[in-house]
Amino acid sequence: MKIARRGFLFGSVAIAGGVAFGWWKFATPYANPLEGGEGAALNPYVMIDATGVTIIAPRAEMGQGVHTTLAALVAEEMDLTLDQVRVMHGPASAAYYNSAVLGEGVPFAPTDTGWLAETVRGAMEVPAKFLGFQITGGSSSVPDAFDKMRLAGASARAALVQAAAVRLGVSAGELKTEGGAVVAPDGAQLSYVELAEAAAGVTLEAEPALKDRADWTLLGQSLPRVDVVAKSTGTAVYTADLRLPDMLFATARTNPRLGGVMKGYDASAAEAMAGVVKVVPVDGGAAVIARNTWAAMQAAQEIAFDWGDAPYPATSAQLRAVLEASFTAERRDSVNRDDGDVDAALAGEVFEAAYGVPYLAHATMEPMTAAALLKDGTLTVWAGNQLPTQILKEGAALTGLAPEAVTVHTLWMGGGFGRRAEMDIIRQVVTLAKAVEGKPVLLTWSREEDMTHDGYRPAAVGRVRAKVEGGKIAAFDFATCSSSVVESQVGRLGYSVPGPDGAIVQGAWEQPYRFAHHRVTGYRAPAMVPVGSWRSVGASQNAFFHESAVDELAHLAGADPVEFRLSQIDHAPSRKVIEAVAEMSGWGRAVQGRAKGIAFCMSFGVPVAEVIEVEDTPKGLRLTGAWAAADVGIALDPRNIEAQVSGAMVYGLSAAIGGEISFADGMAEQATFWDYPPLRMPQCPPIAVRVLEGLERIRGIGEPGLPPAAPALANAVFALTGQRIRELPLGKAVAFA
Amino acid sequence: MAVSFTVNGQARVVDLPEEMPLLWVLREGLDLTGTKFGCGIASCGACTVHLDGVAVRSCQVTLGEVAGSSVVTVEGLGTPDALHAVQAAWIAGQVAQCGYCQSGQIMQAAALLAENPAPTEDEIDAAMEGNLCRCGTYPRIRAAVQDAAKRLSGV
Repeated sequence: MKIARRGFLFGSVAIAGGVAFGWWKFATPYANPLEGGEGAALNPYVMIDATGVTIIAPRAEMGQGVHTTLAALVAEEMDLTLDQVRVMHGPASAAYYNSAVLGEGVPFAPTDTGWLAETVRGAMEVPAKFLGFQITGGSSSVPDAFDKMRLAGASARAALVQAAAVRLGVSAGELKTEGGAVVAPDGAQLSYVELAEAAAGVTLEAEPALKDRADWTLLGQSLPRVDVVAKSTGTAVYTADLRLPDMLFATARTNPRLGGVMKGYDASAAEAMAGVVKVVPVDGGAAVIARNTWAAMQAAQEIAFDWGDAPYPATSAQLRAVLEASFTAERRDSVNRDDGDVDAALAGEVFEAAYGVPYLAHATMEPMTAAALLKDGTLTVWAGNQLPTQILKEGAALTGLAPEAVTVHTLWMGGGFGRRAEMDIIRQVVTLAKAVEGKPVLLTWSREEDMTHDGYRPAAVGRVRAKVEGGKIAAFDFATCSSSVVESQVGRLGYSVPGPDGAIVQGAWEQPYRFAHHRVTGYRAPAMVPVGSWRSVGASQNAFFHESAVDELAHLAGADPVEFRLSQIDHAPSRKVIEAVAEMSGWGRAVQGRAKGIAFCMSFGVPVAEVIEVEDTPKGLRLTGAWAAADVGIALDPRNIEAQVSGAMVYGLSAAIGGEISFADGMAEQATFWDYPPLRMPQCPPIAVRVLEGLERIRGIGEPGLPPAAPALANAVFALTGQRIRELPLGKAVAFA
Repeated sequence: MAVSFTVNGQARVVDLPEEMPLLWVLREGLDLTGTKFGCGIASCGACTVHLDGVAVRSCQVTLGEVAGSSVVTVEGLGTPDALHAVQAAWIAGQVAQCGYCQSGQIMQAAALLAENPAPTEDEIDAAMEGNLCRCGTYPRIRAAVQDAAKRLSGV
């Protein structure tokens, strides 16, 4: 695996990452993927050549600012500033495995920091490592990297200092580091660049100490994003922007009945069109390779396909009926929470409500895009993908090459939200590269193809039975049903995961509410429409069910929805986010013609409370304010965290108001932004976010801002109009301005 | 037949089909990839450029239609070393997340401010309505447009 050559380089410094750094050898069975490249690779995260320091931020930058925050972890320990480093995705490598993403897949609530929960969490890091999955997801990048990448920076710094000590004939303790150089007691400076080659040969005796938080100069500060200038000047290179000599351009169409076969096609008209190079069959369809993307897209419309049937019920009503029929003992997937005696407590008259949500598309701004070149026995893939190591496997399998002959270049992504953890377009582009061996091909899906071929957020149904006594929820029986995201998504990668799918009950079972009798049951509907990880996954539906129900019960109890929640939550950080958002939003202060709704959800270990305010206008309901408070434990970059929470709210509100993928004849009925309408600027309320630091451990924030948005809005609509809407999108029941 | 027009102040002659959308002429004929493909049907605004000073969706304008015209793309608005005030405001406000829509947002905002140097919040919302952002950067876009207005008026 080579790192791109740039400028003058120090020859190849064959350093053994495993040997050079004690902690690294201890921590990983994987070879340093930068080793053998050009420049001094001090460890898998730090490379120094003649032009300076490069930090590998091995998580997919899809907008969440992860490159900036991960680079800051390393730069902090090396006493560098971010304008002194270059940040890149780096190679696809098992060395960049993600342990935190599995660490929360355990049946212990995030609020449970007891001995057993922590021990099991620690054990979960082992299989993640040996799976070697380099994955971006689950709001796990920061928790996974927080120690690893600071240690990488500290180790690199320690090696540079030791190399300088040898060169200067002084003890390491007399040296300090500043501005990309080691500074001697007399003020003389040796730059990291001139020390790099020697540092690469240093063996550290002990794991270096990390800086105290009080000494941080980058972490904890709002830093300018490392990609902000490129993204404000049109110079950022996304996969769609890759241009290579002799490049061909393609688009694909596959069966809109997802997973259905392609029985045949007539491409004679397409093949005769100007600019078309060839039409190539791909799994479930065909792709047009042309001289430009426009010609390919025009021609693809002229292919007459004979599609097979959908391997699932063909209409939304039928799909919904399967969900409704799956609340059975046979389909019970998990009962992660069963406090007290719910059945006994729910005898007699009880509150009962059923809720539903539709399938949702990810609809990233950049449609699915990937490029590939098969040449001289090697395969190169360029893509923005959340699973780059999987591309190595898939590329090798499709070409018959060894995985070592496959190179993956990860480019910036025009949105991800979970969609780019799929391999569909990767398989297609490798197929195309084989068809035009020797020439690079860039495959871009049309918006219509993208919208109608997704691993959707599953449709889901929630059923709540409860009883209020003495102004509190005495008994709460929460049942939720959907197809399994893990089964569907991981199944598409060729794996099967035994046991219950925690995503089915995510955002419900682990909530810090304490009801005397409290049960959360997950039901696994059969696999139907392909489903996948959609920003915040199961919490996206369960928070709507859960927090709508809690709100209904608050009104039933005649209680204030904020006080009602606080009276039944004993987890201090969770209480604080609720108190904070109430204070920020002026909760309880009536504004004529407006009303507010609140919702709370802990997802990915992050408690978030949100308030939405709506106003009745002649054109429909208008969102006039939105407030959020979130606790991430340690706020590494407050302004970026604010952006993630605010953006997740907008993503959640888009879905809550207008998001629905419905099915007829086995096909998604929405194909464009006109019929799957995201929030636009005039609909977007002002948003205020407060970031708290009360949790015991650091948490990631890409997703947790989303789940409370829909229920907060639904609860606001109820508060204003008295109309309780239990089905999303809300826009089907009430008009929004 | 070759079509002549001006792109970012430079005279260009392009020999591509006249019915080809300007979007693809820019991206693949001229390798000006700052202008993005998002939908091809004017629903998202990612491909917004200035045609004779007016913000247009370049997916809806053909090469034949721009003959003799002047087109400005995000690359021509300003560069990393010589930022346009709107770009400077976008950077100062740390607007971009994934960034894919931001070229279009910036071009739309620059056209708005050229026509209306001091827009109200409602005018900003109305002008920017056609530009989608899936990352939800709208609040920062609003603030950046107002900041850019101040920068342009020298306040």
